[in-house]
Amino acid sequence: MRALVVIERLADGVDELSLQALAFGRGLAGGPDVHALAVGEGGADLAPLLGAHGVSEVHVAEHEAFVSYAPPAVARAVVDLVERLSPGLVLAAGSDRGNEVLARAAAMVELPFAANCVDATTGDPLRVTRQRWGGSLLEEAELAGAPALLTVAPHVVAAAPVDGAEATVDTFTPTLSPDELAVRVVEHVRAEAAGVSLSDANVVVSGGRGTGSAEGFAVLEELAELLRGAVGCSRAVTMAGWRPHTDQVGQTGTKIAPDIYIACGISGATQHMAGCKGAKKILAINVDPEASIMASADYAVIGDLHEVVPAVSAEIRKARGT
Amino acid sequence: MRVLVCVKRVPMTGGRIVLTEDAQEIDTAHLGFTISPHEECGIEEAARLIEAHGGESVVLTLGAAEAEEQLRDAMALGIDRALHLDSEGSEWDGQATAEAITNAIRAEEAASGTFDLVFFGNESADAGGFQVGIRVAHALGRPCVTGLKGIAVEGSGVRCEQEVPGGRDVYRIPFPAIVTVKEGLNLPHYPSVPAKLRAQRQPVDTATPARQEQRLRKLRLVVPESRGKRAEVLGEGPAAAERVVEVLREIGVA
Repeated sequence: MRALVVIERLADGVDELSLQALAFGRGLAGGPDVHALAVGEGGADLAPLLGAHGVSEVHVAEHEAFVSYAPPAVARAVVDLVERLSPGLVLAAGSDRGNEVLARAAAMVELPFAANCVDATTGDPLRVTRQRWGGSLLEEAELAGAPALLTVAPHVVAAAPVDGAEATVDTFTPTLSPDELAVRVVEHVRAEAAGVSLSDANVVVSGGRGTGSAEGFAVLEELAELLRGAVGCSRAVTMAGWRPHTDQVGQTGTKIAPDIYIACGISGATQHMAGCKGAKKILAINVDPEASIMASADYAVIGDLHEVVPAVSAEIRKARGT
Repeated sequence: MRVLVCVKRVPMTGGRIVLTEDAQEIDTAHLGFTISPHEECGIEEAARLIEAHGGESVVLTLGAAEAEEQLRDAMALGIDRALHLDSEGSEWDGQATAEAITNAIRAEEAASGTFDLVFFGNESADAGGFQVGIRVAHALGRPCVTGLKGIAVEGSGVRCEQEVPGGRDVYRIPFPAIVTVKEGLNLPHYPSVPAKLRAQRQPVDTATPARQEQRLRKLRLVVPESRGKRAEVLGEGPAAAERVVEVLREIGVA
């Protein structure tokens, strides 16, 4: 079966999640007939890298609309290729942009779309297993119609180079209507650099309702600083206004993957665990030994975070002789 | 201005998801329900916009009869009026949901005028389809920006901000427009008791659209296997600190 995979580009290559989608798509296609779409100038430069990830042909959509992200224009490029190549499968990464572009393409061609799949089996209809509740629940479903449009949930398959030959390059100009040119990024506002970012931190020290107040985070900030980590929090905390939403770990907050997640006074609602399940280790500090977070934690300290956390900071200082 | 907010009733799942025996639904016998989180911010934003600019705000849901609870919650938070599309209990896929909402918007606009702005959540907390707002925008031929963390009315359109690595991307689109929003757009307020009481008396218009064929057809739900661990208890209270630091060292972070 022929697969078309929509690639998200970085300044210097291809986004890791797109390479994962390629690996997933190649497996599902069950053969070498894997095409990729890359939009914008310089897309042809990706031919060696995409070839090494199993792409036989890369289609480069060129248009002045692609100088910045223009989601309806990208979706139209997908639809143009669907009409020309008749793929059985159209895939993208289950990222913000991957989900957006495939949903737009699905609307244009009036087909169903399955977001964040973790598994799929070809057949008529195609059968998928997809994430609900940010991955806390899975759904098995049938996806009718052809081509099957789906995105691949992040980090369920690894990118897998195959030593393929350089992909051939096809350059084309999609036919864009004025409406499809009207929605595009017109400005980028840079974030102020503010220490270690939550999504990249190796250590995240996070607080829940158990912190009791905004002031209750002082001891967490102290520990995070000692470990050069970031401070996070649960949804209960942001809803109470104790911390900004940018600190929130969870299904509707930031998804993190630190070496260790230190969860202080956090009960472990599914909404929260969907955001921290990527952590390599979880240490739960909680007064309640029956808290549901204990089922997902590697380590636990039973006790009041207001006493335990300062004691840990003091122990680190003592060990460092500071 | 006229603003519509589309919301979904979802269960508050707590710590552990339990399914019904037929694995078709979450067992909600012991659960409360809420408005899907992204959409709570849509309600807050719509109420603020109408307070600032005047006009009318409307909330719409496709859901079971019980979803009237979430429509009244929205009215307690400042939304003027509610439309309930009764799904008669069953779950609808993204395409069928979008079609029913599109038809409802057309009917409502024919009677009361165009909505300058329609809010959706970027994705629902439960099904996570990432598509209903986009499909409605396409069907109505309106510009749509997704996943907003910032929005401001500028003349006869809106400036939209999306969070991306390293900062924010900005879009400008004219009215009438459709936006999908994310939690963090604003901090929703809690309703006052008088507002809650008032919302109980406000009208809810109900329609029962025909259920279309499901093209993303749910077969069953599966609770993923947990990590299957039992946490190693490092100690109780501050006395555990020494052992905690040992573990942090083993991991290589202290």
